[in-house]
Amino acid sequence: MLTFALRRLLQAVPILLGVSLVVFGLVHIVPGNPIDMLLPPEASPEVIAQMKATFGFDKPLYMQYLLWLLRALQGDFGLSVFNATPVWGQLLAALQNTFILAVLAAVLGFSLGIVFGMVSALYHGRWPDKVFSAIATVGVSLPHYWCAIVLVMLCAVLHDWLPAQGMGDDQLPLYERLQYLVLPVVTLSLIPMGVIGRLVRATVLDILGQDFVGALSAKGLTRWPVIRHIAKNAAPPVLALMGLQFGYLLGGSILVETVFNWPGSGNLLNLAIFRRDIPVLQATILVLATFFVLLNLLVDIAQAAIDPRIRR
Amino acid sequence: MSDIAFDSRIASPAGIPASPAPGYWTSVGQRVVRDKVTMAVTLVLFAILFITIGAPLVTHYDPYHGSVLARLKPIGTAGHWLGTDETGRDLWTRLCYGGRLSLLAAILPVTISLIVGGFLGIFAGYAGGIAGTLIMRTMDVFYAFPSILLAIAICGLLGNGLSNSIIALAVVFIPPMVRVSETVTTQARNLDFVEAARASGTTTLQIIRYHVLANVLGPIMVYATSLISVSIILSAGLSFLGLGVTPPQAEWGLMLNSLRQAIYVQPYVAALPGLMIFLTSMCFNLMSDGFRSAMDVRLNK
Repeated sequence: MLTFALRRLLQAVPILLGVSLVVFGLVHIVPGNPIDMLLPPEASPEVIAQMKATFGFDKPLYMQYLLWLLRALQGDFGLSVFNATPVWGQLLAALQNTFILAVLAAVLGFSLGIVFGMVSALYHGRWPDKVFSAIATVGVSLPHYWCAIVLVMLCAVLHDWLPAQGMGDDQLPLYERLQYLVLPVVTLSLIPMGVIGRLVRATVLDILGQDFVGALSAKGLTRWPVIRHIAKNAAPPVLALMGLQFGYLLGGSILVETVFNWPGSGNLLNLAIFRRDIPVLQATILVLATFFVLLNLLVDIAQAAIDPRIRR
Repeated sequence: MSDIAFDSRIASPAGIPASPAPGYWTSVGQRVVRDKVTMAVTLVLFAILFITIGAPLVTHYDPYHGSVLARLKPIGTAGHWLGTDETGRDLWTRLCYGGRLSLLAAILPVTISLIVGGFLGIFAGYAGGIAGTLIMRTMDVFYAFPSILLAIAICGLLGNGLSNSIIALAVVFIPPMVRVSETVTTQARNLDFVEAARASGTTTLQIIRYHVLANVLGPIMVYATSLISVSIILSAGLSFLGLGVTPPQAEWGLMLNSLRQAIYVQPYVAALPGLMIFLTSMCFNLMSDGFRSAMDVRLNK
């Protein structure tokens, strides 16, 4: 088990290096120097040279990459070119806010998805299956930014149930601050619910058709112990998808955060794009992608822990 | 052989005479036609295609000119049955014309990734070896980014515009396309009759053309259809963020964004462009589901 975990960890290293190369390279797909876009065209050559030296753009490309990578490994992403504050501080605050949303949405979406998927597989072809399958299909094809707008329309415009956007003031009582979470969390949970629900249904149906389930029932096991056996067999693929989905929630909440004006990493990325704030942009993408890789690594190890057959 | 397979998969099998023992693609076609949901969503998609491509036939308004006096009229206004937008343009007209760019921005990236990714995947799957490993490991790196994050990053850096949004999404869709085609090609390559063909001296190109492609194109096309559903949501999402299509062009995501401010005045009108995105995406999703289950031999005993 430990060798498997170590081997997987080693395999993640080249991927992470590749990710850092892509993130660094992305900035250079645009012709021109990042500094040129920031300074007015009439800036004197001395000012340009000074700015380049400050942000390290005067060195050759590979040196820039190595320096950037070395600093990034130490958690130093430099200064934002927009407001000259450390990038890491901004990113950390934004990531915390995104984490709150992602974790809550994952818990809600995954649990609903598992319940829906299980029930529709066990009632295959009957009405619960049809209803849940319809909900799941809607869930996976929903443009979540539109769903966010519709929810705001229903709960904040037509009725006055919940706040439309923002995170609420620090001074507000907890109960009122929680209200700000409801709409974004519900919106974000719909896609994971649909995706997980569909996979659970398909996996459980597949397992139900296998001989060992019949054998367990024939042996005299009652309903719940059989379901426990099914759940254990269905866990690895579902777990893998959950990891992916959680990564999407972390890295893909940018549209929903924009609608709800939630001060998370997606919002930060959006601002960085429009301000052409390259250091913030690079740092945000690099950190989110690293999370994604590590998450998949964790899922692989968890899968192997559940199912020894995976540890080849 | 592969030609027949290719045709019957796209069109209905009406042109193919029923024989006592129908071929694989004929029976797939028959199952698709019998599947009410798939046929219904296909009809809806044709309807959407008709109102977008034939927009001048279903509306006589100009999508770019509105009257300031007729701003944000509700649904059911005389002359504007779906109301008007924030500058007084007829919303039904904007929705019809807007579908052109929305569909283009969604289908083109998938087509590009189908060609590039399909080629790379089939090559990596059939040839294997160092080249195959190199392709697959490079794709792994792109897999490390959540798709929307990569699309936004590329599009944000290239600058807004329809072509940049198409490039960004194509880059995002190539890795999964490569992976799917590589997997099915590897499976097909190891089938017994491919081995037999190779043993009997068929050239590599002929094997790929007649045996591998015939087995691989179906699953790849089904996957591409399901990607279109994702692509519609993502490309409209890019425009929604202000990264894709630029005003005053009509596009569903962009319209949704510019009508967002009007949600307190005309909530129902403001939600309509999103409804179109949702409807189109769901139809492609269900169509892909229908084709997949029609092609699954195990499910259709």
